[in-house]
Amino acid sequence: MIDFHFDEEQQLIHETVTSFAAEQVRPAAHDAEESRTIPQSLVDQAWELGLIQGTIPEAYGGYAQEPSSAVSGAIVAEALAEGDLAIALHLLSPRLVVDPVLRLGSEEQKQELLPLYCGEKFCAGSAAVLEPSWDFSFANVGTTAKRNGGDYVLDGTKCFVPLASSAARMVVYAQDEQGVLGAFVVDTGTPGLEVGEREKNLGLNGLETFEVTLSDCRVPATRRLGSDATGMLRRSRIALSAMAVGVAKASLAYAIDYAKEREAFGVKIAQKQSIAFMLADMATETDAAQLLNWEAAWKTDQGEDAAREVALARYYVNDAVLKVADNGLQVLGGHGFVRDHPVELWLRNARGFAMFEGAASV
Amino acid sequence: MDFSLSEEAQKRIAMSRMAAEAMMRPISRQFDEEEHTDPWDFFNAMWEVSKGNQQAAESFTGSKKDKKSGPSERTLLACMQIEELAWGDAGLYLSIPNPGLGGAAIQAVGTPEQKQRFLGNFYDDKPRWGAMAITEPHFGSDSKQVATTAVRDGDEWVLNGTKIFCTAGERALVKSDGFVVVWATLDKSRGRAAIKPFIVPAGTPGVEISKVEDKHGIRASDTAVIQLDDARIPADNILGKEEIVEKGTSGFKGVMATFDSTRPIVAASGIGVARAALELVKETLAEAGIEIRYEAHPKQMTVLEKEVIDMEAQLQAARLLTYKACNMMDRGERNSREASMAKANAGAAVTHITQKCVELLGPLGYSRKLLLEKWMRDAKITDIYEGTQQINQLIIARSILGYSSSELN
Repeated sequence: MIDFHFDEEQQLIHETVTSFAAEQVRPAAHDAEESRTIPQSLVDQAWELGLIQGTIPEAYGGYAQEPSSAVSGAIVAEALAEGDLAIALHLLSPRLVVDPVLRLGSEEQKQELLPLYCGEKFCAGSAAVLEPSWDFSFANVGTTAKRNGGDYVLDGTKCFVPLASSAARMVVYAQDEQGVLGAFVVDTGTPGLEVGEREKNLGLNGLETFEVTLSDCRVPATRRLGSDATGMLRRSRIALSAMAVGVAKASLAYAIDYAKEREAFGVKIAQKQSIAFMLADMATETDAAQLLNWEAAWKTDQGEDAAREVALARYYVNDAVLKVADNGLQVLGGHGFVRDHPVELWLRNARGFAMFEGAASV
Repeated sequence: MDFSLSEEAQKRIAMSRMAAEAMMRPISRQFDEEEHTDPWDFFNAMWEVSKGNQQAAESFTGSKKDKKSGPSERTLLACMQIEELAWGDAGLYLSIPNPGLGGAAIQAVGTPEQKQRFLGNFYDDKPRWGAMAITEPHFGSDSKQVATTAVRDGDEWVLNGTKIFCTAGERALVKSDGFVVVWATLDKSRGRAAIKPFIVPAGTPGVEISKVEDKHGIRASDTAVIQLDDARIPADNILGKEEIVEKGTSGFKGVMATFDSTRPIVAASGIGVARAALELVKETLAEAGIEIRYEAHPKQMTVLEKEVIDMEAQLQAARLLTYKACNMMDRGERNSREASMAKANAGAAVTHITQKCVELLGPLGYSRKLLLEKWMRDAKITDIYEGTQQINQLIIARSILGYSSSELN
């Protein structure tokens, strides 16, 4: 029966992560963006919430009782991103390795790799997905993987690879000789894998990202994960959409507070219909985006084919987050353009979801 | 969290879908073209269905006192059924003989005696209608401007004024033995607190239908102008108390609260119409061998694919907002904000979708050979009645800002 209320466990996850995001993440967001670093103490604190370990089954060192749920993942991602998107992406980076291994890995691969992400301390993960090309998509991957004896040889250039300098390994996506998209777990020290300069981007500057070049980079065939990445892509799509909803919620709430404080023509600007209606539409679209994404997540958890739901949510959410973030800035007027307020950062961050698109389409 | 349809929901959707296909679609064009005529075969058939449902509901509540009272999905089920019926034909759906909004008002604030008198034996031999009359020529959403007067004269109320935009008004008062709930003021100088709903039954002297509107869409549904000239009704036909209480909740406010359930219903009816239009477009594209690649990269999609996905996303967004408003109502939670969100969003979405669908089918879309152009006309009312999009934005804004109507108007 249709019901949009959280169950007890979901409620607990929601409350825990939401208060962590409000108390720890949001206060660190501005400095993280400006200084281009995320404090280690924050990362350590977040690790103790068990957001990663909780998705890994007990057999591999984690403490997940059930297969990880896309709905729970969406709740976590949304709440963290409402605090700050760059910090959320950093904290959830281990999932860039954990999720593909869980979904596509063999038993041996799971035994070998998953326990590494269940330790005492945060263990950064990374994925080399995007490529520096305007029309990059998973249907159009330039990085190649050629079989050579017991190895694959990887060649190509990747960009926006998060935490490449600190992660011990990353999942590299490359096309094999049959034209199939493969996922390879590559240690960052592997000869032929070169981590370039740290990138500077429109937003998300708290998150360290790098260009990564692969030239004649040899990876044992045993490090290739299973081939059908579609289901995993949908899950990552859901997590990204959830983060977009979080960004929209942040922007909406900030704009509401500001509009109730700021006066013009003798009244609070929120008392003007032009502002009030903008806020009403932002609230409605944020709600709608959240519901569409929850539906996609729920259907995925039921083991049903959620291709259409995931696509509809993605389409709506991408549009909504940009519009809401843009209007959030607009409500603050000139003050929104000044970096003392976070709304302009949320607009820059919101634009990033279109770039991730290339990593979620097939 | 659960997005699955209950068995009951699946059953009701299937039944409504059957009625829509078998009884509504075949006569859809006819009663759009022949405005102001009445599809009596359809009315009689629906009347028998409603009567059967009513009896079944009564025997059910009579036998076991709702022992396994799981969470209710009453409003949700209503919305799902209405989406199907409006998919069949929105004008005909609005014409189905039932107690309507007037009945909802009696249900919400009526005394047990009033409920018995007007709703107890409602489903009698012949179809009848209940209706609600609020709007007057000089106001719409600003409902505290009610100028129709009610004056007590012995055992009676005497009503004078003009009501417009009364859905099913003619069928309630002239074409059947129904009733209209009329809003009138006891004292214009006392504003909202003095406005009370009165039940005006068919056959009341001094009541006349002076006009039935010619409309853009939903033409099968009658929209009446009601003239009240010294119309006399029994003293106990007032809904709520006779006293003018400034902060009272029995009359005006009580009936306003019915919007919390009727707005999602309006949203659902619009969603049904837009779904019909979108389905037709997708079928037409499929026949031409065009498939929608949902998972393609946006840069690789055709404009047509993007348009279709955009419409589907908007429609599903509106539907989920509607379900959410229903879900909250069924759980006994306050849902005014969500009801307005559903209504404002659906109104805009279905208007856009149906207009876009006409565009996409070119000359076919514009022709009256297909129902598509009719659906575009039928959808537009979703954006208007039960509070325009703008009134609902105002309600949402007040809610999220924590403002009263005097702080944001």
